[in-house]
Amino acid sequence: MTESPPAARSGPVLEIRDLTVSLPKGADRPFAIEGVSFTVARGEIVCVVGESGSGKSVTAFTVMGLVPRRELRPVRGEVRLLGRSILGLPEAELRRLRGERMAMIFQEPMTALNPVMRVGEQIAEVLEIHTDLGPRERRERVLAVMRDVRLPEPERLYHAYPHQLSGGQRQRVMIAMALVLDPALLIADEPTTALDVTTQAQILELIRDLQRRRGTGVMFITHDFGVVAEIADRVVVMQEGRVVEVGPAEEVLHRPRHPYTRMLIGAVPSLVPPERRGEDGPRERALLVRGLDKVYGRSGWFARGRVVHAAKSVTLTLHRGETLGLVGESGSGKTTVARCILRLVEASSGEILIDGVDLAKLRASALRPHRRHIQIVFQDPYRSLNPRRTVGQSIIEGPMNFGVPRAEALRRARELMRVVGLAPEALERYPHQFSGGQRQRICIARALAMEPKVLVADEPVSALDVSVQAQVLELLDEVRRRFGLAMLFITHDLRVAAQICHRVMVMWQGEVVEEGPTARVFRDPNHPYTQRLMAAAPGRGRLLHDRIGG
Amino acid sequence: MARDRDLALEAADAGGEEAARPEPSLWRLVLANRAVFWGGLLLVVMVAVALVGPAFTGDPMAINPIQRLKPPSAAFPFGTDFLGRDLLARVVYGARISLAVGLAVAVIAISVGLVLGMIAGYVRALDAVVMRVMDGLMAIPGILLAIALISLSGATLLTVIVAIVIPEIPRVVRLVRSVVLTVREEPYVEAAIAAGTRLPWILIRHVLPNTVAPLIVQASYISGSAMLTESILGFLGAGIPPEIPSWGNIMSEGRTYFQLSPWIIFFPGVALALTVLAVNTVGDGLRDTLDPRIARKM
Repeated sequence: MTESPPAARSGPVLEIRDLTVSLPKGADRPFAIEGVSFTVARGEIVCVVGESGSGKSVTAFTVMGLVPRRELRPVRGEVRLLGRSILGLPEAELRRLRGERMAMIFQEPMTALNPVMRVGEQIAEVLEIHTDLGPRERRERVLAVMRDVRLPEPERLYHAYPHQLSGGQRQRVMIAMALVLDPALLIADEPTTALDVTTQAQILELIRDLQRRRGTGVMFITHDFGVVAEIADRVVVMQEGRVVEVGPAEEVLHRPRHPYTRMLIGAVPSLVPPERRGEDGPRERALLVRGLDKVYGRSGWFARGRVVHAAKSVTLTLHRGETLGLVGESGSGKTTVARCILRLVEASSGEILIDGVDLAKLRASALRPHRRHIQIVFQDPYRSLNPRRTVGQSIIEGPMNFGVPRAEALRRARELMRVVGLAPEALERYPHQFSGGQRQRICIARALAMEPKVLVADEPVSALDVSVQAQVLELLDEVRRRFGLAMLFITHDLRVAAQICHRVMVMWQGEVVEEGPTARVFRDPNHPYTQRLMAAAPGRGRLLHDRIGG
Repeated sequence: MARDRDLALEAADAGGEEAARPEPSLWRLVLANRAVFWGGLLLVVMVAVALVGPAFTGDPMAINPIQRLKPPSAAFPFGTDFLGRDLLARVVYGARISLAVGLAVAVIAISVGLVLGMIAGYVRALDAVVMRVMDGLMAIPGILLAIALISLSGATLLTVIVAIVIPEIPRVVRLVRSVVLTVREEPYVEAAIAAGTRLPWILIRHVLPNTVAPLIVQASYISGSAMLTESILGFLGAGIPPEIPSWGNIMSEGRTYFQLSPWIIFFPGVALALTVLAVNTVGDGLRDTLDPRIARKM
């Protein structure tokens, strides 16, 4: 752009000074962000870190001019892109800057891409809008950028639709779209959160590499300190709309000054499993699963589906008072195994033995009395509780199914609320009045109300902020010990698995590829897939507490 | 731990982080929608007219050959028809028929559709069978079915209602089934299954409440279109017995005199249009406030 002053060439790509954005009336605080100041230099990756509600996304969207101005109004401060103030620019002007000077990639590449348009054409569209290149030159540029983001066979993928690509490939297409005009600033809003760890590692490496080669300034928004350790040059820590700490990555990660930063980093579970003493010895078997198979999709009268072998001959033993981790990426079959064990779906074959009874063989009516022995805590705390029923009703539903009188069930529910760290009075309230972590506590209380032998926890902390995550993990471990529960803990997060599991089983494409005590598997993974998984864990070896005892 | 417990108590007092769900004051929320308010007001007026109007307007059947085909005047605000009957009285009485048909069709279609939809959505074995029958029903043109039914069993109010209900049922079944299919995958339903809750209770406690909002919306559309269909049937001479002054029947009779006395068709037509408009406006407004997919965006 000709009007950008020469000073901008040497100055920072992005300069945010005292930026304050107001929230609409009736919100829980007057400002979404308040007095936010930081810069992004050429060729620098600045990670903006914070938990949900910290204002990190609002900051990014304000810079891009993508916030609804009526609801989120910038009331103070300044945003300079290449030295030029962009906060009050008219929409047409902003639209030109977006794409040419600054671009953004999002968390969910599937929704950010147009599902009915070929990906090559979507990238070409950016060129069509912003340049006067001819069709052939456009195509060349698109293929070049597709090669640049290392999409395999760009010639072929040019004509593919988004749904034909993997999650990682879709994110690469998004990055290609963002970078095709060579913008000075790239804003990445949690671009790897929806991806598997191994894919995440590749995308992070790609961003790092592209940014180095092109000298792009990157504002990288994340909640994950592992990712920060992986990629950041500088770190901006945000809490409740304010910047609480800014500094070079090394400095912030290893010598955090602000207590909130310290808490956030401390809450990231270490990859080094803690030593577990005094919990060994012969234990009573709680659950035995033998040869569990699940095949999805079978043709019926009116439908013919594709067949997916989601679980292949899975065998596992779970002892009282033990936590067994089922680790794997999406599509590995770990959740299928859990759902089969609970008989939420019917296993194709195999045995599920509790107290010598094979649950897999029981008919629905015969199964019901045995259901109480296995309970589950789900991933999504917002969908785990019926929004139209009070917490109390949800908790006593199970016991009352088994003939416990209402008063007795309520008395026990009050007790359990205390166990999970909530006020008994909360039983009268509805789920929407609680935060995610609190809801997860309620779900744990609901499961405990059944006095189960086995607790299946299906990614119970994946949807929670790290600080809350640590507390919920602590609670799960506490109730396991207190009630002698056998816990089947399903997770994609190696850090979480390392902290809470006594043994882990690694699943890949429906099969258990490795099994053993947590400490052994983490120290000395045998299977190539496990090794790849371990190597991909974000922040491995860069976060201080990963080194301790390592 | 202790800190989180304090936070828990605090948030429970403050009402939590996002209290945006329309749980407690559904009524107030719904009435705050302008479409619902004005549509509802118009509908209330129509219902009031239908209920108490005939008491003031005199006999809709009284024939007066001296006053045939009179244009609107002080004595006959809507004019008279070819038998000298007071059109105002007939249109007011006709409101009863239209609204009764609209209400009855909506209630029957929703009730039957709800049961079938729940079964189709929850009992996998019956799903395909029920849905193929519904596909079959949807392939039958409503008006033709009505004419066929009426020619078989005679023109009564009941036959007309049944004839209009049948093609509406598949739409309700599809709607309910889709809600059930979504809700049955919700973790809270699975938690209830894992806690040994029996199927009827799962349906009543966890599934049914989720169908209420979309069904209310659907019901308003069904009653609107039922009133139209009833009038079309009357107009075609295939509806309610011609001696009963439904709006369709009045218009049908007025057809012959249309060029001479347009008011015979005009007034029942306006009444019908207003009523259907009111019902559909309420339906649109309800959809905006009750449908979570739209409401969340606003």
